[in-house]
Order: sequence, then C-alpha cells, then structure tokens
Amino acid sequence: MIPEFGFFALILALMLAVIQSSAVFIGLKTNKSSYVNLTFSAALGQFVFMLIAFIILVVAFVTDDFSVAYVAQHSNSQLPIPYKVSAVWGGHEGSMLLWTFILSVWGIAVTLLNRSLPRLSAARVVAVMGMISIGFIAFLIFTSNPFDRILPNFPLDGQDLNPLLQDIGLIIHPPMLYMGYVGFSVAFSIAIAALLEGRLDSTWIRWARPWTLMAWVFLTLGIMLGSWWAYYELGWGGWWFWDPVENASFMPWLTGTALVHSLAVTEKRGVFKSWTLLLAILTFSLCLLGTFLVRSGVLTSVHAFASDPTRGVFILGFLALVVGSSLLLFAVKAHRMVTTGNFQLVSRESFLLLNNILLAVATVVVLLGTLFPLIADVLQLGKISVGAPYFNMLFVPLFIILLIFLAPSPVVRWKKFEINQIIRSSIPVFVASFVVAAVINWIFSNEMSLSIVMVSTLVFWVVLNLFKDILVKVKFKLSLNSLLKLSSSYRGMVLAHIGVAMTVFGIAYTSTYSIERDVKMNPGESLTVAQYQFEFARTEPLKGVNYRGTQGVFNVTKNNQLVTTLRPEKRIYNVRNQPMTEAAIDAALSRDLYVALGEPLKNGAWAVRVYVKPFIRFIWLGGVFMALGGFMVMMDRRYRLLKKQHAGSQVADGGVVTS
Amino acid sequence: MKKSNTMMAVPLVIFIVFLWFLWKGLSNDPRILESVLINKPLPQFSIESLKDKNIIIQSEAMPKTSYLLNVWATWCPSCRAEHQYLGKLKQQGISIIGINYKDEREAAIAWLQQLGDPYQLVVYDEAGQLGIDLGVYGAPETYLVDALGKIRYRHAGPMDETVWQSQFLPRINRLGKLGGKQ
Amino acid sequence: MNHLICRRHCWILCCLLMLPVSVLANIDAYQFDSIAEEDKFKKMIKELRCPKCQNQNLSDSNAPLAKDLRQKVYNMVKQGKAEQEITQYMIDRYGNFITYRPPMTIGTMILWFGPFFLLISALIMMTMRIKNKTADLNQPLTEEEKHRLQSIMKQHDKEAQ
Repeated sequence: MIPEFGFFALILALMLAVIQSSAVFIGLKTNKSSYVNLTFSAALGQFVFMLIAFIILVVAFVTDDFSVAYVAQHSNSQLPIPYKVSAVWGGHEGSMLLWTFILSVWGIAVTLLNRSLPRLSAARVVAVMGMISIGFIAFLIFTSNPFDRILPNFPLDGQDLNPLLQDIGLIIHPPMLYMGYVGFSVAFSIAIAALLEGRLDSTWIRWARPWTLMAWVFLTLGIMLGSWWAYYELGWGGWWFWDPVENASFMPWLTGTALVHSLAVTEKRGVFKSWTLLLAILTFSLCLLGTFLVRSGVLTSVHAFASDPTRGVFILGFLALVVGSSLLLFAVKAHRMVTTGNFQLVSRESFLLLNNILLAVATVVVLLGTLFPLIADVLQLGKISVGAPYFNMLFVPLFIILLIFLAPSPVVRWKKFEINQIIRSSIPVFVASFVVAAVINWIFSNEMSLSIVMVSTLVFWVVLNLFKDILVKVKFKLSLNSLLKLSSSYRGMVLAHIGVAMTVFGIAYTSTYSIERDVKMNPGESLTVAQYQFEFARTEPLKGVNYRGTQGVFNVTKNNQLVTTLRPEKRIYNVRNQPMTEAAIDAALSRDLYVALGEPLKNGAWAVRVYVKPFIRFIWLGGVFMALGGFMVMMDRRYRLLKKQHAGSQVADGGVVTS
Repeated sequence: MKKSNTMMAVPLVIFIVFLWFLWKGLSNDPRILESVLINKPLPQFSIESLKDKNIIIQSEAMPKTSYLLNVWATWCPSCRAEHQYLGKLKQQGISIIGINYKDEREAAIAWLQQLGDPYQLVVYDEAGQLGIDLGVYGAPETYLVDALGKIRYRHAGPMDETVWQSQFLPRINRLGKLGGKQ
Repeated sequence: MNHLICRRHCWILCCLLMLPVSVLANIDAYQFDSIAEEDKFKKMIKELRCPKCQNQNLSDSNAPLAKDLRQKVYNMVKQGKAEQEITQYMIDRYGNFITYRPPMTIGTMILWFGPFFLLISALIMMTMRIKNKTADLNQPLTEEEKHRLQSIMKQHDKEAQ
C-alpha cells in the first residue's frame, strides 16, 4: 500500500501548491491579511508532503519493492545500499521527483528566511514559487508517476541501475545540479514579484543577492562534478563534450554568472534594473528549457532519457506559460524600473556591463549551437551536427576578450575612471605576467607556444592584478589579520576570479599538451609517454559485490623511480551483463596519469589507453574556487538573511527608492 | 533616461519565435537521417554473391526496372520482423535486391532457407564497404531505385504495410509515369 | 498512428540496447608512422560523428558502424589523404550530419556570424547609450531644474543646522 501513499502525498502537495500560489492574491483583492499567512503555511505543507513522497520512494528502493515499476527498472537486490538511494534519481520519474522536492526545499527556505523583506513582498515571492511547483507536481502526477505499480505479476528482481551511474560522482552530481537549477527559481520569483509590485529598490536587490549566489554556487559545483565524473567514468578522458545535456546546464550558468554581476551593480549603483530582471527571468527559463531538451527527445544526446513526446508537449506548454507570461509582464512593466545612477564609458559599471554582454553572447553561442540542428531540421536545411569545433572556435575569442577586461577591473572605480590610469597601473603587471607565463611555458615544455603564452599571460595578469589590489587595500601590510579585515564579499570576489583564471589555465595547458596513446600491449611490455614509463605488469581477476572482471596492473616510473601503480579495471556487471571501463588515474596538481583497459586482443595482448594530462586538475579546482568565492560573497555581513531590516536603511546605501 | 516600451517587448517576441521552433521540433525525430544519395545514381560496386563466392556481381547487373534494395543481416531483430512482408512484396511481383550487411555467410544462407528468400539477388557485403558507400547507418534499410538506376527514396527501419502504402507506392506510381515519358 | 507508436518503441528499444555497448570506452590499437599522422587521425575521428543512435563522435563510440568508419578514416590517413578529402568522402555518403563542424552555407550564416554580429551591435548600443547619457548630464540645467536644485539645497542647509 505504501507507494500509493506517495502518490497521494503528491496530490496533496499539488493542492497545497495551488493554495500557496493563489492565497496572497486573493488576500490582496479582498484585503484580508490572514491570506498572506496562508501562503506561508501552504508552502510549509507542500514541503512536508513532498518530503513524504520522496522518503516513500527512497524506502521503496531500499526495501527492494519491485512491484513499483520505477524501482524494478532502476534497482536490484544486489545493489549496494548507497546506490539504491542514488538510484532514486537514476531515471526520469525519480529525478523529476527530486527536482520538485528540491523546489519545495527552496520554497520553505524562502518562507523561513524572509524577515528582511516586507511581509507582502515575501508572500508574493513564495506564491510565484508555488506556481512553478504546480507545474512540476502536475507533470509528475500526469506524465511521470514514480509510484506506478506492476501488478499483479511484478518481477522478482530489478533490472539494476545502469553501472555508469553506480558511482560516487553520480550520487552527488544530480542533487547539486538540481539545487542550482531550482535555486534560480528564487531569483526568478523575486523578479516576478518585483515586476508585479512595480519597483525594484535596494532592499529587494540586497535580499535577492544571497539567494542567487547560493543557486550559482550549487550550479557551479554541479557542473564541475558532472565534468569530473565524465572524465574518470566514461573512459574517454574528456572533461567536456558540448553535448546538449551539458549545454543545458552551461547556459543558465553563463546567464547566472551575468546575473550575479549585474545584481552587484544594481545593488551598489541602482543601474541596469530592467536588465537584471530580464537576466533573472532568462536564467530560470534556461533551466526550464534544459529540462525540456533533456526529456523531450528533440535533440539526440549521449545522456538520453528514454524520451516521450507527451512529456515533451507538457513541458513545452509549461515553458510557454511560465516564460511567456513572465516576458509579457516584463514587456508591460519593466519600463517603470527607473535607473538612478549615471556613469561614464570608462567606469566599473561599463566594465560589468561588458562582462554581461560577453556572457550573454556566450549564452547565445551555446543556445544557437545546441538548437541549430533542430532549427535546420524545421527549416528543412537538412540534418546538421554542431559540435566541439564550432563551440571552441567561438568560445576562445569571447573568453579572451572577457579575460582582457577582467584583468584590470579591480582598479577601475565606479562612475568615472581614466583610461590612462588603467593603462598606467596595468602595464607593469602585464609585463610581469608575460614573463611568468613565458618562463612557465619554457620550463614545462622547452618551447614557447605563442597561443599558450598569450592565454597564460592573461591568466597571470588577472591573478597578479588581484594580488596587487589586495596589497593596496591592506596598505602593503600583508598579514592574516589585515586580510581578515577585508570584507567577505571582496575576498569572495578575489577567490572566484582566481578560480576563473585557474580553470582557463588548466583548459589551455590540457588541451595543448595532453598526450594520448591507444596501443596494443602485452603484459611485460612498456610504453613511454612524456617522461613516464608505463609497464604493463600483469592482469588479475577481479570480483566485486555485483560485478566481475579483470584488473590490469601498471607500474609507472619516471627516471627509474616508481611513481605509482595504476590498476585499471574492466568490469562486467552481473545483472545486465554490461561491460564497463574503469580507468585508473594518478592525480596530481601538475599532471594526471590515466590508464584504461580496452578489449582483450589476441595472444594475451590488450588494447590500452594511456594519457598524460598536464594541469587538468586546475579545471575543477578552479570550479571549487569559484564556488567557494561565491559562498564567501554570500556570507557577507550585508546579506545576513536573518537580520531584521532597519527602517529607512534602504535609503542609506545610495540605492534611492524609486517607484 | 526614458526607455521605450517596445524595447522591453523584444525578449517576448524572440521567445515566441523560439517556441515555434521547439514546437515544430517536437514532431521531428532527430535520429532519422535523409539519404544524401536521393536522385543520385546507385554507387558503383563489384561484390561477391551471397550464395556463391565465386560469382562477382557488378552494379551493372542490377534490374533495368525500378526495384527495392534491402539491407539486412541475421543479427538484426527488425530484419526478421520485416522479412515476411518482403516475401509478400515479392509475390506482388516487386523485384528486391538484398544486401547482406556485415554478416556471416552460412548464417545468412541458412536464414534464407528457413524463412524463405524474397530476393532476386543477394550481394554479400561482409566488410560493410557498400554500406558505407550507400550511407547505411543501421539495418534494416530499404532503398527505392528507379529504372535509370537512380536512388529515389530511403526508408530506415523495418518495412511494413503502412510504410509501403504511404511512402513507396506513391513514389513508384509517379516513377512509372515518369519512366513512360522518358 | 499505431505504427508511429510502434516506431517510437523500436527506437527506444534500439537505444536501450545500444546503451550498454556505447558505455564501453572504445580503444583501438592502430599503428602509425609518425606523430603527425596519429594526430591527424585522432583529430578526424573526434570531428566526425557516429551516424548511429546517439550523440557521439567516431572516437568515443563503440558501435560497429563507428568502428568501420574509423577503419576507413585510418586507411585514408594512411593513404595520405588530406583532412578535407576525408571529410568530403564522409559527407558524400552520410551528409553534413556526419561532421561536427557545420559547413559554411547561406543557411548556416546565422550560426557562424550571428554571435559576432550580436556582440558588435551590443557594443555599439552600449557605447551610444552611455555617451548619450553623459551628454545629457553635461548639458546646462534648465531654469526649472536650477530652481529645484536651489530649493533642495536650501532644505538641506536647514536640516544641517
């Protein structure tokens, strides 16, 4: 009976979401303030029932209830318990349930942490979130019920979780990613509520920033984890494939990054108001679009969910309703958002605006590239593929321009600045960066690669400028104490930008200097790649909990000194009889050593893949820095979520109220 | 500074256009590829017969009337599904040439003996080279070739009554008229 | 309609069946005469798409057809064919779908040049707007504005006392 309770909980959650989204508006019409409180109570109730539904599905997995179709398709009694739990989001229905559950978590967070906002405004935000909940809970109930039963002849055991997903990376990657996706619904709801009220003052903005940052931090971590997982789990050694599913998460990240920056300007200077609102709407719209692309089957992707056209129609309808009505509201109301500040062409405002333009164009590149096959098909231009060559060709120049303007940005002041001053203060640092970049390139490869020196000069320019700015800020008295005196949001900004530099550095070096060899090797043979000798010592049989297979043993030496022993595996999972490649990786900051076993060939030989990938860890480490930086900005004292708003303080910060 | 109302409606307009594409895209299957060889002559080949490896079949030996070219293999479950229907087509007097694609000769011969042989001729494309020249991306595939040796249509997936009635027959009828004039 | 549903199911089935195969990383042990030759081969198989089922390049896919096409690319690289020739050979058989580098045609103009056009026009708009704004600022105040400014300043003075 229990799974039916899950479905029942979903229906109750749907009803509460309807109340959550309508109560405040009824209250406004009828002038009853008790309706405002009803909104918050309904949000709480919706969360409770979503939690119940989620727990029931987890229990169904843990207790091997194979009468539930979804459990039977994605689990097996042999599966280790942690994977049984993560199998909950291993397929379409369960991952949608997770999505919707997380949405209710954000809803409850906003309900509890809104004291710095006027009560009515907070209720509007929660109501808009309720509207999104309605769509997703209805989607679950009508097209993707995870609690469907196979009765009376249910299978004795399940079909098992896809072995690819039986991995720590896939336990945490989807929840992180969804926390990010869904988190942007808060910024979206704030924007809609602000449009409904017809004003966007600094109280709003100051309240919106930590929520947006939190979503951005999660999305950054989610994407980073996904990339890392693909790198070690797929056995291709790639970390980004420009697959539609990856692009679907990258687009909201790009606009989300733009949003984080434009919010900063709007908070401090009261400009770009309508642009900021538009970005908030677009970011969440892109999250919804991503859901549509992944689940409707309009594009082919490696990460294919078995696609279903009715689901596609449902999400498309929902997308049209949500995004269409928000953009309509924007078209009608946004012109009332009066900009108060003024600034000159050379100013911090302009620099941030340029950052936004570049990120927006980057988003258009990803969007166009991802959807062009579909557009070409609709326009009958034939089937076309758009992949890495296209994206790389357009992304590299965009990001170079972005870095060129990011580097001197710490010294640029608000409102008005002299271009000569930028040049004067940046040139010595630029020269120093060039020298550092060239020397590192020389030490690393005994050659000078023009493109590498160019890119890494920019990277060091960004980093050194930040260091210089810190030195100036602490008046050249560098100590832990003086660093701690800097505001948390400043430290976060520095950290995040260093993260960007690290990622670019990692990408540049890895894509230029990686060495990849696919060879035939017999046990006992050696292969030299870069300065490393890979000796294929032997193979050993392998027996795991729910798989069997072969393990290769590779001794890696450098200058006759043992560096590490790598044990790549070739697994065959028992239930699906599905082979899997488990690469063995020795990770270090300066390089990864990567060995994967392919097929056994004749006479005991194996197809073996050996990679040496310099600085690849910087790509993900940079992501961690960005996320950490975002987190520090969020923790800034200004945004204490629990702090009660003081009357009149909204005027104090230069953000003059305009309505 | 005054902002014009119309500027603010630009995102909405773009979104509506965008939505139209997504809606249209829903009814297209991105996995179905059109053949690039439509209205082009059948590629030249010279390949062993399935039943006798000493017989070499040239592309010149193809029928001089319109005919079907069917790519099949014993490892392909959908081929088994369409096999019976191909037999029916043969009874209706349709010439079908088989391409046994990346298969084992003995297994393929046994399959024809067991399930019946709807083919006028079967070539044995062991390495899949003819498949590559034709742009085959899976089995089964069925091509319609006209009397002049030009490819007119390709269907990827199993052949059945509906496909035959809706895709092949109208084209064959049109070709018939065309062929009559030329 | 019925056959449509059936077809959909066939495709889903096909993909479900495909998944286990494509999961497995593909590793071949081809022999090359030079690093340049090997690099060219690797670049080609990364830019060409496996026409079967999912979004994978020839290099990553383990589908039998991908294997055949890799062999074909290998042979052509060995024969010293130029990249252009190899790509054209594939396009002649499988269409533009097979290359991840879309061709430059009238239809794909917006794909290749759209973003740059957008960037340039956004930059021009940004510059013009800021210039206009600052020009507004630098204009002398009108009589009415001067009047308002004076009254505000008077108010401010009073408060300061």
